[in-house]
Amino acid sequence: MIAVRNLYVDLGDFTLHDASLDIKPGEYFIILGPTGSGKTVLLESIAGLYTPERGQIFIDGREITRLEPEKRGISIVYQDQVLFPHLNVRDNITFGLRLRKEKKAEVEQVLAWLVKLLDIGHLLHRQPDTLSGGERQKVAIARALSIRPRLLLLDEPLSALDSENREAVQQELRRIHDELGVTTVHVTHDFEEAIALADRIAVIGNGRVQQVGTPEQIFRQPNSEFVARFAMVRNILSGEVVRDGDDEAGFKTDGITISVVTGLDGPAHASLRPEDVLVSHAPFPSSARNSFSGTITDVVDKGSVLYLTVNVPPQFVCLVTHHSFDAMGLGVGQPVYLTFKASAVHVF
Amino acid sequence: MRLKWAAVNKFTFTFILLGAIIFLFVVIPLVRMIVASDPTLLHDTLFDDEVRNAILLTLNTALVATAVGFVLGVPLAYLLARYDFPGKKLVEGLIDVPIVVPHTAAGIALLFIFGRNFFGGKMFAPLGIDFVDSSAGIIVAMLFVSIPFLIDSAKEGFKKVDVRLEKVARTLGASPWQTFWKISFPLAWRSILSGNIMMWARGISEFGAVVILAYHPMIAPVLIYERFETYGLTYSRPVAVLLIIISLLIFVVLRTLVNRGGGNRGGGK
Repeated sequence: MIAVRNLYVDLGDFTLHDASLDIKPGEYFIILGPTGSGKTVLLESIAGLYTPERGQIFIDGREITRLEPEKRGISIVYQDQVLFPHLNVRDNITFGLRLRKEKKAEVEQVLAWLVKLLDIGHLLHRQPDTLSGGERQKVAIARALSIRPRLLLLDEPLSALDSENREAVQQELRRIHDELGVTTVHVTHDFEEAIALADRIAVIGNGRVQQVGTPEQIFRQPNSEFVARFAMVRNILSGEVVRDGDDEAGFKTDGITISVVTGLDGPAHASLRPEDVLVSHAPFPSSARNSFSGTITDVVDKGSVLYLTVNVPPQFVCLVTHHSFDAMGLGVGQPVYLTFKASAVHVF
Repeated sequence: MRLKWAAVNKFTFTFILLGAIIFLFVVIPLVRMIVASDPTLLHDTLFDDEVRNAILLTLNTALVATAVGFVLGVPLAYLLARYDFPGKKLVEGLIDVPIVVPHTAAGIALLFIFGRNFFGGKMFAPLGIDFVDSSAGIIVAMLFVSIPFLIDSAKEGFKKVDVRLEKVARTLGASPWQTFWKISFPLAWRSILSGNIMMWARGISEFGAVVILAYHPMIAPVLIYERFETYGLTYSRPVAVLLIIISLLIFVVLRTLVNRGGGNRGGGK
């Protein structure tokens, strides 16, 4: 159990005000916020690498606010390039164990366990600069787990990876967490990453914790304009990937099945940008695989554009210009058709 | 980019010409002095005890100055690379002052501290250390004029080490000392070594500050000056040639050692 109480951090051009968080044992906790919102400072404060001006941090009821980082048993994985460049993969991973002067047999045992867990046996004698981004990140995770931390901190662990590695490492993170049950705090600016991985999310912005809740709560009931801005840029649906034939994937949610393009299976989330949805009075033939009828339930005027909420169900938010809105004579209560391409839907 | 003849235009030609002039300006006197010296005289000079003692004294005192500079300079370099504090710019500026002041002036400034009747001289006197006309005086003078090279180089080396590497080491259980010795120092080692070599070389070549503090015992640059003053060009040249050859040899060997395996591997961004 990690408790952060009224943490105050002043970095000159930026301050974090009275941040309070409670992280449950075994939880995958995500801190979500835009770049420059103090997420890294918050993580480094928890790890003891940064001394906060005010506030307290507790782990299992014991205050650790002023405890040296090497005595906390909290390890951290950074975004990129943070393997020790003068040590090979093996020595990187066993760095912490060798510091503790653990017996050779013990070191080997932990190493073997990590090699199996992350499937990195073939990398052990390589130098860090010869590894790919995904491999480096796996080694960094192995190194962090080697000391069997009470808490694992991940600072934007996926941001520096290309999309292919990103998906693989993302699944790896969730699998490792579920397998080991290690309490994990992961910071990111990526909303979809947060939804896909988190048990609970804390949204942080303007130097404050804005909202804490499950992914559903965050994107269904944002409690402020700030959180809504994060959440409302996309339609987020939760459901399940089902497959008809070999390559035809469908996303089942709220009684409808949306055609999608994905390699994933089983329970997942899908996102769709409001500007990718076409609104029409009648269905029309096109290459777009998805067409649904619904009723407009809400209209929000944002100046040059309008956001329509259309209930199929589920609810979709679509974006139309003022010009289209007037020309089509749209309004609340009207039936419309929504059309979008399978490739516009991102499943994660 | 490789410079090819086909790519030489008016611009590159002008730069090559100007570059060649300054290059030859440096190289010709050195080469001519070595080539034009009389081999028998050179041989005799090598077995002249006074010359040999002067050269050995020069190398040794410069080495001690470098060792002292290493112990006291590397921690400051690390602090300057890692932390911001009020007056940091001032500290950095002052550390480089020995490079720009005339070295005879530096010698006089040192005499004001380490002379027998001054604070530094009195402080070390009970330990039996006297800075006037002694090896200790030579070392102090060399240390003063050459320490900026080590501190600047080591500072750049530490700056290239990603601070997050140190942070990760701490979370894995390393104390600040262990982090420094296992991470920061090995990763900045090449820059530190290179700074040490620069410092040693600068110490060997020092004349102005040393001559004020310690004319005797005589280091090689002082000996060259004395022979030039007393006997003229013919007898000062062989000593100068020897010192140039020895310095060059040492410099080339050490440079090769440092450069082997490439530059720093700090992995910083």
